[in-house]
Amino acid sequence: MRLRFLAPVLTFAAIAAIMWYALFNLNPKEIPSEMISKPLPEFDLAAVPDYGPALATADLASGKITLLNVFASWCVACLAEHPFFMDLKRQNLVDIYGLNYKDTPDAAAQWLSRHGNPYMRTGMDIKGRVGIDLGVYGVPETFVISADGKILDKIIGPVSKDIFDTRIRPFLQGTGS
Amino acid sequence: MVAEIGQFVLILALVTACFQGVLPLIGAARGNAPLMHFADNAAFVQFVAISGAFACLTIGYVTSDFSILNVASNSHSLKPMLYKVSGVWGNHEGSLLLWGWILALFGFAVALFGRNLPDSLKARVLAIQGLIGVGFLMFVLFTSNPFERLDPAPLDGSGLNPLLQDPGLAFHPPFLYLGYVGLSVTFSFAIAALIEGRVDPAWARWVRPWTLAAWGFLTIGIALGSWWAYYELGWGGWWFWDPVENASFMPWLAATALLHSAIVVEKRDALKNWTILLAIIAFSFSLLGTFLVRSGVLTSVHAFASDPARGVFILIFLIVVIGGSLLLYGIRAPMMKGGGLFAPISREGALVLNNLLLSTAAATVLLGTLYPIFLDAFTGAKVSVGPPYFVSTFLPLVVPLIIAMAFGPFLPWKRGDLTGVLTRLKFALAAALLFAGVVWWWQSNAPVMALVGMGLFAWLLVGTILEWAERIKLFRGPLTSSWKRLVQLPRSSHGMTMAHIGIALVVLGITASEAWQTEHLGVMKPGEQISVGGYDFQFEGAENVAGPNYEALRGTFIASTGGGKGILMYPEQRRYTNPPMETTEAAIRPMLTADLYVVIGDADGKGGYATRIYHKPFISWIWIGAFVMFAGGALSLSDRRLRLGAPKRARSPGAKEKALTGAKG
Repeated sequence: MRLRFLAPVLTFAAIAAIMWYALFNLNPKEIPSEMISKPLPEFDLAAVPDYGPALATADLASGKITLLNVFASWCVACLAEHPFFMDLKRQNLVDIYGLNYKDTPDAAAQWLSRHGNPYMRTGMDIKGRVGIDLGVYGVPETFVISADGKILDKIIGPVSKDIFDTRIRPFLQGTGS
Repeated sequence: MVAEIGQFVLILALVTACFQGVLPLIGAARGNAPLMHFADNAAFVQFVAISGAFACLTIGYVTSDFSILNVASNSHSLKPMLYKVSGVWGNHEGSLLLWGWILALFGFAVALFGRNLPDSLKARVLAIQGLIGVGFLMFVLFTSNPFERLDPAPLDGSGLNPLLQDPGLAFHPPFLYLGYVGLSVTFSFAIAALIEGRVDPAWARWVRPWTLAAWGFLTIGIALGSWWAYYELGWGGWWFWDPVENASFMPWLAATALLHSAIVVEKRDALKNWTILLAIIAFSFSLLGTFLVRSGVLTSVHAFASDPARGVFILIFLIVVIGGSLLLYGIRAPMMKGGGLFAPISREGALVLNNLLLSTAAATVLLGTLYPIFLDAFTGAKVSVGPPYFVSTFLPLVVPLIIAMAFGPFLPWKRGDLTGVLTRLKFALAAALLFAGVVWWWQSNAPVMALVGMGLFAWLLVGTILEWAERIKLFRGPLTSSWKRLVQLPRSSHGMTMAHIGIALVVLGITASEAWQTEHLGVMKPGEQISVGGYDFQFEGAENVAGPNYEALRGTFIASTGGGKGILMYPEQRRYTNPPMETTEAAIRPMLTADLYVVIGDADGKGGYATRIYHKPFISWIWIGAFVMFAGGALSLSDRRLRLGAPKRARSPGAKEKALTGAKG
């Protein structure tokens, strides 16, 4: 009986503990994706209008290491990594494919016209089905894809130069795990 | 000198708050009247002291005293006067001072208007207010002192973020804070009740006006904020489910639930524990909002400069206040006896449903808002939880809520008759189906949710008006007797009708503008004409103009429906110099049936300009609806004050009393 009335304070204690942890937690470890070293799920998606060509699983078995970036026009953090992707494209370091996640075609096209298009191909996952298959649980996420179309690694959150140097560059140089 | 005075009175306020937080509690426990009455005086002194501090900072801003660090980093001598004043609270330190000032204002108001409260309850309420004040004033003085000096003083300040230089935003924080902090009074009442171990209908009657006031201010504060986002950010959106927006929306949802559950306590002496818990939760959401914005835990467009030391302080404060009060609740609440019983189909039942849906809605928003923090804590990833999550979880809760909103007021207390209510609502049902049908016929490719939204609008509007008509027995007798009933009906009843109509209007605005917006994005050359939403937009050209502290590219558009006189529209792209920043000033023509919204962007170098033109049907009704809700709250509040403040001064107490019992029974 008494326990029922203590439920609110216990819930709050859990929230507070996590926030306390969040406040000090500066160097957290990432959960590895379930999907790592598995082949990409099958999909065949239409391109964002005017930002083609379209994107299918076969396109990602391209014979070289590529990136598959999950983005959306409503995603604030995507804006943070976007200029870096534009840089990557300019330097021609790696091919990036864009998976537009739970967005509308118009909004996605507007977003790309406003901020630039770093992608070789784009695919619209309007209902988020491919996202589920891929194990996407937040935007942005970036998958590192092997030459034969397997998932090598996944980066959750915006990709910065630091993250690129430590997490992606080793794969490109053939020294990645 | 002014800064030192401000600093001094702020310390004085802190010392006063310490005494206010302790002595009245001792007095109430021992039945010592002088100690209890000390609370009133302390609340007054605290209010005067913080008002003094606030005045000092305002003087610093108005006179551009750049030897004060806060003024130097947030103001500029060329800034228009309005923004010099609003700059006082347009920054971290100043906004906290405003928070503290409003807290003291509410404490003083309780002391002033609470003359008919029992001594011990009032002393305890004011003591809790005092303790909250201690926490906030310590936060201001130790981590965010607005009166810090800067030596040597710079020649000029670095200016206020141009996005914030806007009349809508100048008044948005004060209203929002009046709402946030207003909930502190309800919270203090809840804690005092837990200490006393007693909640009765009288308690609910004292609490309701404060909840109502806080709710009304929150409504206006949120509406102003979304209006600002709509016309200042230049994308035509008005709600982004941004963490900071959610932080203001969660207390609103909780306050709305509280407003309704307190009615059950007042009328039926039931749902006491739940109401106390809601009062604690509502204020907790306010504090949580402050934490999220101020600590930098979440990155957001709204976030001011953040500092980890501040985050630690607020989190400790949060744990003490929320954790402490919920613990007190866990210990004391089981001792409170429940009151009247009721059947599931009854007014109480409807209000419980309202509470369930509203608190679930608040919980889903909380989950979506905190999820990035949780994910960050466990995986270090920074992600956005965007509109797809909020829309898909929020809509399924809102639809039944609106359906029930038309039902609830028809149901009698204790036990109701669903079929009876349905028969009385048949016109509303017919209106909803008819309206949705007409819309479907007119816009055959409309999305299903748009038809549902339009149907809900008609259902709620007609249902609410039917209920009101039934109360005054419109067309059931001579109009004169209906008029008499109309006048005698308590204002709180009219207030409820108005607030519910306000919701219906908001539903209309959201549905129509989301479903039938048309837009054109692209480069336009002078002389070019584009047709959007039945209007022809003629682009006349663009020129450079100078403002007081910015330069702007101003475009001229003429919108017309063919034939008649055109509407001149001047969108601007402004370049501010201090600090250097570009903002878009959309040209908006608000009309009752649609808004025209024109934005001008960069020149393409070939004589054309990037332009965005939107036609947004019925979007103004979102804000009209919010204002109608606020007005309903204010009307209701004016009634309560009459009953609470001076029950004996009513002109004919007998008639009034009869009217009240007659209408509410």
